[in-house]
Amino acid sequence: MSDLIINKLNLSSISPNFSQSFDFSIPSGTCMGLTGPSGIGKSVLLKALADMLPHQGEIFLGDIESQMIPPQQWRKKVALLPAESQWWFDMVGEHFQTFNEELFAHLGFKKEVLQWQISHLSSGEKQRLACIRVLMNEPEALLLDEPTANLDPHNRIQLEELIKDYQSEHQIPVVWISHDKEQLNRVCQQVLTLNNNHYKVNKISLEQEGAMI
Amino acid sequence: MIHLTPWDLVIASSMIILLAITSLLLQLNISKQLIIAAIRNVVQLLLVGYILKLIFNSNNLYLLATIATIMLLVAGFEINSRQKYPLKRWVGFRIGTSALFISSFAMALLSLMVIVAPTPWYSPQYAIPLLGMLLGNTMNGISLGMDKLNQSVYQQRLVIEQRLMLGQSYQEAIHEIRSESIRTGMIPIINSMAIAGLVSLPGMMTGQILSGTPPIEAVKYQILIFFLIAAGTGFGIMLAVWMIAKRLFDDRQRLNLDILQIKR
Repeated sequence: MSDLIINKLNLSSISPNFSQSFDFSIPSGTCMGLTGPSGIGKSVLLKALADMLPHQGEIFLGDIESQMIPPQQWRKKVALLPAESQWWFDMVGEHFQTFNEELFAHLGFKKEVLQWQISHLSSGEKQRLACIRVLMNEPEALLLDEPTANLDPHNRIQLEELIKDYQSEHQIPVVWISHDKEQLNRVCQQVLTLNNNHYKVNKISLEQEGAMI
Repeated sequence: MIHLTPWDLVIASSMIILLAITSLLLQLNISKQLIIAAIRNVVQLLLVGYILKLIFNSNNLYLLATIATIMLLVAGFEINSRQKYPLKRWVGFRIGTSALFISSFAMALLSLMVIVAPTPWYSPQYAIPLLGMLLGNTMNGISLGMDKLNQSVYQQRLVIEQRLMLGQSYQEAIHEIRSESIRTGMIPIINSMAIAGLVSLPGMMTGQILSGTPPIEAVKYQILIFFLIAAGTGFGIMLAVWMIAKRLFDDRQRLNLDILQIKR
């Protein structure tokens, strides 16, 4: 229910690519695409928003600034889905405290998946399960790092819908890294393009903006 | 008691030289370390032999404290050697030394003041061998535990970060690694306690028996030493692992590998 507001965020201590500080905001219930050439630091920016990297400046979720609450709480609220998910136990089920049939079914899993071995999962299965795992935490903002990179067209659409549904149902802000212009057109209302030492934010289209209100 | 002549030791050393030549021929890259360790062994032990002879004749607490401090500092320095991803020198030295100090010295004091209780309690004939055995063994355990911890954290850094991203605290995120490291450090002492007497006669007991102590007396001392080493190692590792784990994360619980020496 809260906007994500980035105020004078400065990452120059991490990489010289970030000499300029960031000021932008993502209204609740909307999605901002994040795009730009490979290696420019899109993932770095996302990690900083989850307070996973040291930074200067402020990141607000509504009226809560990231440093005001313990880091675990911030990361539960502002959840980052990394490009490559990591799994540390042997079985899928050990990574989930509870089971949500609807959520799993939406991405094509039945309850048996909980008995599956992590080592037998394909990269696409891992990506879908990681998406479910992050949504089960009931985040209040989502940071997605190429969430559909390993998915076939069917699952890509399923995941996009799942995120869109969650986003509008919970009215949360979403940041979505993607190289796919069409995907960004489908899911986002604005796009931030990152380049060497500068960035720009563009609205996608009035029509979609209107539809969100 | 049968006294050893220098020739007896020369014969034993020929076995080490034979091993070194063999491993050189097989290109095992261990000969140099082996020879250096063997030479250090001879020099250090001879030196200690003479120093002990001096100290045993004087019941001086300050002299003993000086020796104990040197022993501690050397062990604290050595604890970070031969590790795959050692801590940066000063961090490692500080953490290793404080873990060793608290674990070994606590156990040594307990045995000197309460259990064995020689008069005076700092009688060097008891204090130095006891402290030496405690330091040597706890150092071994702590060093193994630290090696495992640093290596696992480095190799599983992405997993740790993923767990942090999911809102876990740093303690949760490295819980398995932490207990695995403590277990690794404890394995040697648990193994040697378990097989003691069945497979091997422990070194201290063997020495006492060789020099003519009645076996049952030697056994009692050996049990005492085992218990103290096990407790010292366990507490020492827990302490070291706890201190390292704290340093591996910053104030916002972000993984920070800056305290590791990573060879690029």
